[in-house]
Amino acid sequence: MNKGTLKQILLITDGCSNQGEDPAAVATLAYQQGVTVNVIGILEDQQSEQPEGLEEVEEIAMSGGGVSQIVYAKSLSQTVQMVTKQAMTQTLQGVVNQELQQILGAKQEIEDLPPEKRGEIMEVVEDLGETCDLEVLVLVDTSASMHNKLPTVRDSLFDLSLSLNARMGKNRFSIYTFPGKRKEMDKIMDWTPKLDSISSVFPKLTSGGITPTGPALREAMQQFTKKRSLRNLIGREDTDVEESGY
Amino acid sequence: MWKSQGINLSPGTVIKGKWHYRSYTIVKKLGSGAMGTVYLATENGQSVAIKFGHNSSSITTEVNVLRTLQKVQDHKLGPSLLDVDDWVLKDGSQVSFYAMEYLKGKELNRFVQEHGFEWVGILAVQLLEDLEHLHQFGWVFGDLKTDNLLVTFPPARMRWLDVGGTTQVGRAIKEYTEFYDRGYWGMGSRKADPQYDLFAFAMVILQIEYPGRFERGTHPERALFMKLKQANNIAPYQEILGKALRSEYNSAAEMKDALTSLLLASPTQSKRNTRAGRKQSHSVQPSRKKPTATVPYSGASTSAHKWEIVGIVMTVCLFYMMYVVMQWI
Ligand SMILES: Nc1ncnc2c1ncn2[C@@H]1O[C@H](COP(=O)(O)OP(=O)(O)O)[C@@H](O)[C@H]1O
Ligand SMILES: [Mg+2]
Repeated sequence: MNKGTLKQILLITDGCSNQGEDPAAVATLAYQQGVTVNVIGILEDQQSEQPEGLEEVEEIAMSGGGVSQIVYAKSLSQTVQMVTKQAMTQTLQGVVNQELQQILGAKQEIEDLPPEKRGEIMEVVEDLGETCDLEVLVLVDTSASMHNKLPTVRDSLFDLSLSLNARMGKNRFSIYTFPGKRKEMDKIMDWTPKLDSISSVFPKLTSGGITPTGPALREAMQQFTKKRSLRNLIGREDTDVEESGY
Repeated sequence: MWKSQGINLSPGTVIKGKWHYRSYTIVKKLGSGAMGTVYLATENGQSVAIKFGHNSSSITTEVNVLRTLQKVQDHKLGPSLLDVDDWVLKDGSQVSFYAMEYLKGKELNRFVQEHGFEWVGILAVQLLEDLEHLHQFGWVFGDLKTDNLLVTFPPARMRWLDVGGTTQVGRAIKEYTEFYDRGYWGMGSRKADPQYDLFAFAMVILQIEYPGRFERGTHPERALFMKLKQANNIAPYQEILGKALRSEYNSAAEMKDALTSLLLASPTQSKRNTRAGRKQSHSVQPSRKKPTATVPYSGASTSAHKWEIVGIVMTVCLFYMMYVVMQWI
């Protein structure tokens, strides 16, 4: 099995989209393009029940083949890394499931196998998760209501890079915020292997009242496709190109 | 369909495996965590612990680890694995589970509360020995925390459960808990190495003093060492814990040896007799003990140590001189 690159978008938001196309539709499209969409919905610390807007969170992640979780700001760090890792496992399991179906013909899934066989397959999935390369584009909602959560989001992203960089595989992160000043989203950090410098570039201020989640997701998705088409243009030595991008 | 989250079983429920047909009767809930819920059950009158996973893959991963650990033959690491299976519910959904040895014991903090602080060091040595074996085998425990430790008694023995975080050396720690995590405190990476466990273990001991845990604030390292300095009940271990927190021990064995020589050098202190203990230890140390009892480790470098060595050297010299003199005569 060749060791590919997993591509993920991590959307961090606290409410529902209110402008532009349906984010679930865009997430479906992204998934079809090989990009998984994960969503984390943040609750206010005093919020006891789930507000209406956050229903969208699960819907987007389901459509995007990813994982979703709704959390209080204080447990954001642990959630961000867990969601990312879970989505990796899920994607890799999906790949392994497909291979299984090819080998076994019938509609076999890992869970249909006896526990003993499952163990061997899980080991393969884990090895892949440890060694594969990963690209995560983080898309942060910076609409007005997110104001007091931004420092926590920043810390959790730093923490995410700490977790993922303990793996053997390579990582690349990029960070965007939406709504953008003039466009759908603003670039905060271009593709980089580490997020050490995040505190100097992460916005402290929110950028407006509207939440164009759908359009921002579409833009985010294109950050992967663009790269890929660029690579295709340059030719076969795609891994080398990636390396020089650091 | 897969059943996730919040399984709730009442006593008497019979669990029968889909693959191996072994059946278990639920007795009571033992506890739950992020990955699963554990029940006490019986199989033919024998007590077992059954862990039901929130998802199938975490159960599979843990079973893999337990199987691997079972290969360390001469040293038992963690509860032994008894069975792995799926349980099909009435509605057709299924839950993955595994049955393991039931460890009957007390939570670490409760044990120390009830039996005294002098136990801390002794129990710690036991766990460090287990860690030593685990590390030599090429694995790191990972999610070391009080919830995942148990003291079986008597004889008192600290054991670990929940191998969900157990990771091969050199890989990314699979599962961790922030308070016990080296990365969270800005004291190192989340790559599995022996020092990762030693850090977490030092935090386990530190939280005995602060059961409510504490915040890292804006200067995590400073906050951490301030708390260590203020920890009165575990004061004798401060230096050793400090070294573990700074990843200064090369191995669990090194930390264990430091702790052992500390325990041997002074009577174990408990909260109840701190003053008496101190006085005693002062009067005991200068008077030379049997030379064989000295441990050649730098762990507790006190002046008493030096005097002992001087004593041995002088004794040897004396005997040698007598020998020489005898030869002359
Ligand atoms: N073998 C066992 N014997 C006795 N108690 C156990 C055993 N395994 C687990 N427990 C209890 O169940 C709790 C949850 O189990 P654990 O395996 O730690 O789940 P999680 O992976 O979700 O944290 C533990 O904290 C412990 O109190
Ligand atoms: Mg646990």
